[in-house]
Amino acid sequence: MALKKKDRGYQIAANVIMALWTIFIILPFVLLLMSSLTDETVLLNKGYGFFPEKFSFEAYSYIFKSGDKILSAYAHTIFYTVVGTLVNVLITALFAYPLSLKNLPGRKAWNFYVFFTMLFSGGLIPSYMMWTGTFHIKDTIWAQIIPSLLMSAMNVLLVRTYFATSIPDALFEAAQIDGASQMRIFRSIVIPLGKPILVTIGTFSGLAYWNDWNNGLYYITQATDLYGIQNLLNRMVSDLQFLTSNASGMSSDAMQTLARTPTTGVQMAIAFVAILPILILFPFLQKYYSKGISLGAVK
Amino acid sequence: MTNAAAPAKKGSSLSAKVKKWTPVYLMMIPGALYLLINNYIPMFGLVIAFKQVDFQKGILASPWIGFQNFQFLFQTKDAFVITRNTLLYNIAFIFLNTFIGILFAIFICDISRKTGKKVYQSAILFPYLMSWVIVGYIIYAIFSMQYGIVNKSILPALGMDPLMWYNDPKYWPAILIITNTWKGSGYGCLIYISSINGIEASYFEAAELDGANKFQQIWNITMPEILPSVITLTLLSIGRIFYSDFGLFYQVPRDSGLLYSTTNTIDTYVYRGLMKLGNVGMASAAGFYQSVVGFILVLLSNWVVRKISPDNALF
Repeated sequence: MALKKKDRGYQIAANVIMALWTIFIILPFVLLLMSSLTDETVLLNKGYGFFPEKFSFEAYSYIFKSGDKILSAYAHTIFYTVVGTLVNVLITALFAYPLSLKNLPGRKAWNFYVFFTMLFSGGLIPSYMMWTGTFHIKDTIWAQIIPSLLMSAMNVLLVRTYFATSIPDALFEAAQIDGASQMRIFRSIVIPLGKPILVTIGTFSGLAYWNDWNNGLYYITQATDLYGIQNLLNRMVSDLQFLTSNASGMSSDAMQTLARTPTTGVQMAIAFVAILPILILFPFLQKYYSKGISLGAVK
Repeated sequence: MTNAAAPAKKGSSLSAKVKKWTPVYLMMIPGALYLLINNYIPMFGLVIAFKQVDFQKGILASPWIGFQNFQFLFQTKDAFVITRNTLLYNIAFIFLNTFIGILFAIFICDISRKTGKKVYQSAILFPYLMSWVIVGYIIYAIFSMQYGIVNKSILPALGMDPLMWYNDPKYWPAILIITNTWKGSGYGCLIYISSINGIEASYFEAAELDGANKFQQIWNITMPEILPSVITLTLLSIGRIFYSDFGLFYQVPRDSGLLYSTTNTIDTYVYRGLMKLGNVGMASAAGFYQSVVGFILVLLSNWVVRKISPDNALF
């Protein structure tokens, strides 16, 4: 189909605008990468830039040679992400399957129980006091996994709708006539047929855990060996703030802080290493994330 | 006969019912318990705003003090500043994200080159997947006063003096709004793309035959067809207008105290009150104020939508 002249003009304009926006989105990441590859002395003199005068992999070799803390934080993030996501998907599916059954007694009330949490919340202070005062999770590994991330009401509703609309009722009836237990139906019908939506909420949850720094900020104050990579990055920012506000008189506190703060190049390298898995898995994440976003729009 | 049989039958069906549904309810226990603890208990915990916060005693045993926390909070200038900042930023975000989301969705759907389409669609989602900590580092690489590319390369090239970005609040409304659009506009855009893809192709073909130009097609077909998505998304955002993205306002300005006049929002205020400044009473009052006013706004905006177009109401 030959394009009409005015259509060609529109195509060009649309492409130019979108190409510019794409560059606008990508350039900051290029700056991050280039800064991490710049020689430290160049960095200190010329600042962060797109075209390093002198390339250097020093920052990365520092991470792997002497960055025990960094590698440990990275391993922690992987652990929190894997465990958190598995538990999240499991309890979400277990909760959503009953809600998808049309004749579940009290179905309306249960749906409201889930939905209401999306409308009203207690906020940070009551949550903080409960988790620290009643459950004593401060400075424990639970702090990085349990608060706010373990299940989301939005995901429950997504999965419920998918189960209710995409798995034929006839399958359940046949299984029940065969005398299959609910747990068996869940294992051998619901899970296999619901795989697409479970992978989708798995990517949601996995990214939420990978990117989480709030739980560490609120609940990890002393046991910094429980930090994930995002917490470590965040800690370096607050250390630098602390140093600039104490720049005049170098107290011993400030000296200690200075000693544990990596150089500017290393900081950017850690940030880049933290986004690397997202970069590598991007095609996969994009496929399921986009699907989930458009499903979420159709409530 | 019926009198005797009815209760018996009811009894047996009840026990059959219990037998049938017990395993199903058991499956719901972990999730239901989690919502109870993570979401419902803190809702009741909001009463802490009317108490003298005592971490040793916990929420229940802290002594009541009535409206004192609120009195203190609303006597400060902070109450006004954090409310103003939260609302104005959110209004700017709603307008920009809606406008850019729709515009780019229309472009991406219309662009005929497959590769272009794919690249643009990937690009708009990409920063959405990054944590605010990372975004904070990127913004720092750009605006850092000592090492940032703006102060070290761009401004000198233009013959201008370096600017004190992290010391002067006046730059931050623009930086925060652009950063938020850069990171977040892809989300709405993807929703609009899927709703544009759902429009019957025959509408456009018919319009084409009638000689409607591109702009007329967008205005008369695309816009009315995606209106429900626009209303739903806007409604959700208005419902959350009293909430701010903590990461954006905490990580991007690097928690710099000099910038609070334009970067402090209700969420950052509550956090700092709780963890740093020690006026947790006022922070808990601000948290209560946020939860309750936010809830009223959700109900109100949903009520308005139910009046004008019931199909688009959330509940």
